[in-house]
Amino acid sequence: MEDVSAKFVSQKISRTRWRPPPAASLQPPDVFATGSWDNEDNRISFWSADDLGNVGLNGEYHGEPHLLCDIQHNGDVMDMQFLDQERIVVASSTGTVTIFRHHQNNQTLSANHRWERAHYHVDQDTSCGGAACTGVVCNKPEIVTVGEDGRINLFRADQKDAVRTIDNADSSTLHAVTFLRTTEILTVNSIGQLKIWDLRQQRNEPSQIFSLAGDRVPLHCVDRHPNQQHIVATGGQDGMLSIWDIRQGTMPVSLLNAHEAEMWEVHFHPSNPDHLFTCSEDGSLWHWDSSTNVSEKPSFLHQGGRSTTYLSHNTINQSVVSAWLSNDPTKDRMEITNLIPNQTLSVNSLDVLGPCLVYGTDAEAIYVNRQLFA
Amino acid sequence: MEEPDTEPPLVVVPGADPSARQLCFAWGPAEVLVCETRFGRADAGEGAPGSSRVFVVRRDQDIYIQTLRKLFNESHGIFMGLQRSEEELAGKSRKAQLVQVSKNYRSVIRACMEDMHQAAVSTRDPALQGQYSTQVSILSAMELIWNLCEILFVEAAAAGLLLLRLLDWVRLHVCDVDSMVREVLSSENPSKHKLFWNVVDVFVLQGRMDEARHLLSKEVTANPTSMNMYKILDDLMKKMPMPSLGNTQTLTELELKWQHWHEECQRFLQDGTFASNPHMESICKILVGDEDAILEKKELMTTWYHFLVTRLLYSHPTVKPMELRFYAQSSMDLFLGGESSPEPLDMILMAAFEFEMHQVIKECSIVLSNWWFVAHLTDLLDHCKLLQSHNLYFGSNMREFLLLEYASGLFSHHSLWQLGVDYFDHCPEFGRVYLELHIERIPLNTEQKALKVLRICEQRQMHEQVRSICKIMAMKALRNNRLGSALSWSIRAKDAAFATLISDRFLKDYCERGCFSDLDLIDNLGPSMLLSDRLTFLGKYREFHRLYGEKRFPEAARLLLTLMTAHIAPCSFWMTLLTDALPLLEQKEIIFSAEQTYELMRCLEDLTAGNVDKQKFQEDDVETTKVEMLRLALARNLARVIVKEGTVEGS
Repeated sequence: MEDVSAKFVSQKISRTRWRPPPAASLQPPDVFATGSWDNEDNRISFWSADDLGNVGLNGEYHGEPHLLCDIQHNGDVMDMQFLDQERIVVASSTGTVTIFRHHQNNQTLSANHRWERAHYHVDQDTSCGGAACTGVVCNKPEIVTVGEDGRINLFRADQKDAVRTIDNADSSTLHAVTFLRTTEILTVNSIGQLKIWDLRQQRNEPSQIFSLAGDRVPLHCVDRHPNQQHIVATGGQDGMLSIWDIRQGTMPVSLLNAHEAEMWEVHFHPSNPDHLFTCSEDGSLWHWDSSTNVSEKPSFLHQGGRSTTYLSHNTINQSVVSAWLSNDPTKDRMEITNLIPNQTLSVNSLDVLGPCLVYGTDAEAIYVNRQLFA
Repeated sequence: MEEPDTEPPLVVVPGADPSARQLCFAWGPAEVLVCETRFGRADAGEGAPGSSRVFVVRRDQDIYIQTLRKLFNESHGIFMGLQRSEEELAGKSRKAQLVQVSKNYRSVIRACMEDMHQAAVSTRDPALQGQYSTQVSILSAMELIWNLCEILFVEAAAAGLLLLRLLDWVRLHVCDVDSMVREVLSSENPSKHKLFWNVVDVFVLQGRMDEARHLLSKEVTANPTSMNMYKILDDLMKKMPMPSLGNTQTLTELELKWQHWHEECQRFLQDGTFASNPHMESICKILVGDEDAILEKKELMTTWYHFLVTRLLYSHPTVKPMELRFYAQSSMDLFLGGESSPEPLDMILMAAFEFEMHQVIKECSIVLSNWWFVAHLTDLLDHCKLLQSHNLYFGSNMREFLLLEYASGLFSHHSLWQLGVDYFDHCPEFGRVYLELHIERIPLNTEQKALKVLRICEQRQMHEQVRSICKIMAMKALRNNRLGSALSWSIRAKDAAFATLISDRFLKDYCERGCFSDLDLIDNLGPSMLLSDRLTFLGKYREFHRLYGEKRFPEAARLLLTLMTAHIAPCSFWMTLLTDALPLLEQKEIIFSAEQTYELMRCLEDLTAGNVDKQKFQEDDVETTKVEMLRLALARNLARVIVKEGTVEGS
């Protein structure tokens, strides 16, 4: 991986996120945030991956990410999401949800707002009152969090108290959340269910429940297709990638055998959604390319040191045009590339934006690839 | 048992006062707990009650240095690569591979050293600065030893090549002179600089002939009178035969050439060619390997091993590995000259020159404050097949012993424990046991961490640990009133007893509240329902409620009856089930057949008759009323069904 720069940061990384570029900007992203876990002293850090000024005289790239600023964070960072250019929402294992503000003029971070114990266990007199907040998603100004306590919170960035709380929304642990539409959210839980919640309804029940057949494999991550909102991808404990069509059925449209251990994150490429990225506890990070048309681009012409495999796409649905749902036998293949050979420890998080990929591992390293489609 | 070679070092526990009160301790996996007891010294009797503090004494303290985490993580990758590497690679390519691994380890040490140096420079706190500087010097010593071991053991350089490698080694590590060289070269007129000849000497002592000649040429342009002398010296330096990397010349050829050159140098020296210039004369003396002349430059060489290599360069360029020990010993004696005694580092290097690998590892273990170095070095040497013969009188072999110590240290760290797992995996004899003991002691503060630990255990088929972790998590969830989560965890552990316990909690909650919590879970139990009888009952009972809710009464009735007749339902719950049958019995249309009604009646009688605590039944008004109501309903249903069945059959 010649075009990847790495940095060892002396803390296990649980989340990496690109800062969204300004609306009109065509520049690739240059700043990302990381959060650590399982440290006595966990931190939120902002890094610059900017290669300008780092380019040597011969034009070679020395772009090791460098630290802009960091701030201490109470508890493990379980999830984080940028609210806007300056603010990032962080979910903690203590159940607290915090908004940090990044002051770009003097490169400092400060806690902007904090919801203490947004997630907690009912039995308040036990020692561990707070319950880990496992997932957060933002749609400015709204913030939705889910946690081990099976609770769903809806916050507004500018309001002190929760706008809405659904207690006991789920009897098991909620692992991740994402927006389906502006008023609907998707959650995944530890018994293999995908639930849709309509926040307009006052009923504290999901409007729809989807589940994996049979063995109740816990789902750890979820992402929605950026353009075709009915296509949803989830990743499970067994490393399986499931593609769901939420317009029909209650079961996944296709199940794709992927990693050998927990899939921690799945992301559609935001502007090029034929590409999907997944990372896992087994230390691999996969790039799924469903745009490959086998008849145009025979596999033997596509070489270059990477381990490339073609997986048969075991689809049930037939009528949908999207590459993720298609079942056309001639196109029924997907190109999958493992971007990390020989990694042993878990890749906990990845984020992809434009041509740039950033990921963080339990081996205490962060990696930036700025030429994803080169 | 062998006697320890050195007295164990005294560890002072800051804050504890052994003179006032006796201390007690307990061994942990990688640390010792020490606390003050209530007892004073033997003569003083019981001491005064005071603070009751517990001290944690850690052995492998380097584990806790933030900057070194980079070293641990990066070397972990190299270590894993080495374990995976194919042993089949034969001879040369295998050796090249091992040398590459060794170089990778060294480059990690160097990178870490640079980071540490940066930290030392950038910090303002003098105490911290001192700490960093100490670390830099420790790392640099580690790299020095590792490099020598790489030359002597891993690469096992033969005569000729050996000298070249040793020269590189000295050039890389004796870097005090580099700043001097820079200073002289950057001055306006190098040849007039007061350190000029020092720099030339350094180049010569390190065998950097081209650089030395380049400098000398500057001197000549400034001082043309010595032109003649310079030309001769320059020629000698140019002609000096060196072992070459390619195999173009044999050792004998080299020795012949070198002998010839050596004699030539000696001739010029005896002729007094350089008599008028003491600097050049001393250089020529060095060239002929005059020990006194070389020793005069002691300050420039700074260390005895530099002296050794210089001495070898100018008197025994074709030294064989096995001859090294003699030169090393005499060089050290000559260099130290009885003025100072050798330090631990000197002893380690000496042991390496003597090819006493075990001595090197032993000394390093004693001197260094971490296990990282010895564990990785020993593992590498073991892969070079150099340590096979040696067995310890305890544990398995030395490699495994050191790896276990190192990995135990990692496990005592709150964050680095994940690295330790892979090290244990590569300890064939005791690794598994160590891992089992350590992994259970990892605090599980979030489910995500528990999942990671579980994955480690599941991959290694450590069923006992899997069960224990799931039980811990289930217990935690239960304490937090998260029945659904608790059930999920016990299902994952296949822990039937615990599943029964949780199912009972669900049923109790139902009896109290009249409705089920966590329907999403109970409705989706699937095959895991069969884990325990009680769980099966819970699932089936919920199914009954669903059927009832969907007004599928005959199916609901059948299921209800089966729950009792097949003894799926616990006896304590039969009353509730029979009460649930009441509305079905009172429906307009007939749901229970005659046969089913008889069975229901039998169930009711079994319950009332079989109940040991008969008194309670009779005294409890509510219960009696319930039984009476049930009997009435059953009788009425029976009457209706007999009529109906009779009519249907009769017609």
